[in-house]
Amino acid sequence: MAVALVKERYQSKVGEVVIGATAAEGGTRTSVVKVGGDSTLPFLHFEGKVENRAAIALEVTDVPPAWSDTVKGQYGDVINDPVAWAKKCVEEYNADMIYLKLIGANPEGENRSPEECAKVVKDVLAAVGVPLIVAGCEDPEKDNEVLAAVAEATSGENLLIGIAEQDNYKSITAAAMVHKHNLIARSPLDINICKQLNILISEMGLPLNRIVIDPMIGGLGYGIEYAYSIMERARLGSLANDKMLSMPMICTVGYEANRAKEANASAEEFPGWGDLNDRAILWEALTAAGLLQVGASILLMRNPAAVKLVQQNIADLMEMNA
Amino acid sequence: MIIIGERINGMFKDIGDALRNKDAKPLQHWALKQEEGGAHYLDVNSGPAVPKEERPEAYEWMVKIIQEVSNLPLCLDSTNYDAIEAGLKHLKRPGMINSVPAERDKIERVFPMAVQYNASLIGLTMDKVGIPKDAENRIVFAMELVAAADEFGLPTDELYIDPLILPCNVAQEHAPEVLEAIRMVKTLSNPAPKTVLGLSNVSQKSPDRHLINRTYLAMAMAAGLDAAIMDANDDDLVDVAATGQILLNKSIYADSYLKVFRQR
Repeated sequence: MAVALVKERYQSKVGEVVIGATAAEGGTRTSVVKVGGDSTLPFLHFEGKVENRAAIALEVTDVPPAWSDTVKGQYGDVINDPVAWAKKCVEEYNADMIYLKLIGANPEGENRSPEECAKVVKDVLAAVGVPLIVAGCEDPEKDNEVLAAVAEATSGENLLIGIAEQDNYKSITAAAMVHKHNLIARSPLDINICKQLNILISEMGLPLNRIVIDPMIGGLGYGIEYAYSIMERARLGSLANDKMLSMPMICTVGYEANRAKEANASAEEFPGWGDLNDRAILWEALTAAGLLQVGASILLMRNPAAVKLVQQNIADLMEMNA
Repeated sequence: MIIIGERINGMFKDIGDALRNKDAKPLQHWALKQEEGGAHYLDVNSGPAVPKEERPEAYEWMVKIIQEVSNLPLCLDSTNYDAIEAGLKHLKRPGMINSVPAERDKIERVFPMAVQYNASLIGLTMDKVGIPKDAENRIVFAMELVAAADEFGLPTDELYIDPLILPCNVAQEHAPEVLEAIRMVKTLSNPAPKTVLGLSNVSQKSPDRHLINRTYLAMAMAAGLDAAIMDANDDDLVDVAATGQILLNKSIYADSYLKVFRQR
């Protein structure tokens, strides 16, 4: 008896978001990144179109970050210079995008002004040709000022800016609309809030194809399964034509994976866990690999050795299985 | 829940007059208004306003002028299959045929037509003798229609079984039988056929029509109803359809779910 391949027919697909703009489109990027657009579950090439490869953005901070030596050691001196750091990420580690996190804006830290922050963004834009993702310091009030200044100073570059949240989305949405950038909409592991936030943002007039969902993942061993099931549900929703869940998803893999004890504790401290370097790489790579299976479109990563593994994983998964 | 707007029907005076005068405006008005209300399909029925021999031409005209203003798919509603075919030829996107009873000569005419024009098809659980009273006999007809889908190559989930609801003031005992029939239809094949009702029939000539309609809609949705030909501008009724989707976990909840349900 012949085996008939069972193929699901989906009504709709994930929306496609374009990040970055070339000179022809009013920006200065040498390439743009397209994410989303899939008309099937992740990597099921045989029953739909996997339109765009998942993109990896490497994280760069405006002031040196308090990361572990296992990660920082791989970057060396450039960690003190966002411009050189971004260049290294692109030239040496083949980052698809730079994720510039403006932690220097933090009022309890260096408290840099919005203008200073915008200048760092401009400097990084001048140094690399890939599209930029720019996020603030997680102080809502300060971020509203900083991102408004960044959005204005980079008008035309079609950045992906964040973070919009349910109780603080209006000014950043307005900034994205006026200066034509894309927006990250973050919800606290809650699909209902995720959907409602997208509705609220779109009601302000930002088109749906300029929104990216940040489901606020948990890292491996620390709640990743909650994010996993929520992302799967969102993907199924988008394939069933739920327009308010049809945005590509972005995952803060580097941040979540590297705050796990397992990515930081030495083998002397926990002999049963084995070598720290290998473990830290795998903790971040496996967090990313798991979330790729439920439709992560943009992975925000830190550890270059983990990035290399995930790049290979994505390349393998993009091979046709039809 | 698929809402098929019922309003473009020659039984309504404004549409009947418009058909006699070839006046596009009332049809286009109701196309837009029903779309705004939450309709996913627009039912198109000339009613008795057009003489039989002129119906093919009338359906062609209706289809064309409605598609000038609306992108919604159309549900061509007639017992005159030449009229339906004339309309199908001009559809810009796959539509729906309303309807075919479980009678062999009609099955042979309509199922191949549905397949040819990539249309969904509403099948009625009745034959020449009429509408059965109990759920079991409705299902006998539903099975014939499902078998016909298989025979003529129509995907079973493109077949909408209509178990035929009757007015509750004169045929009260039918209402629970129809609910049972909806439940049973969902077990007939895999993928299951879809189910549809001409909802407004349940309240014919009763007071409080709106209340009866929306109460029955909620009950029928719980039994597995997929679609209803109904008043897409009865806001309370559309709210029930939207809320039912949420409570059956068919749409993901968001605070603005009533509004999202109406967005196209």
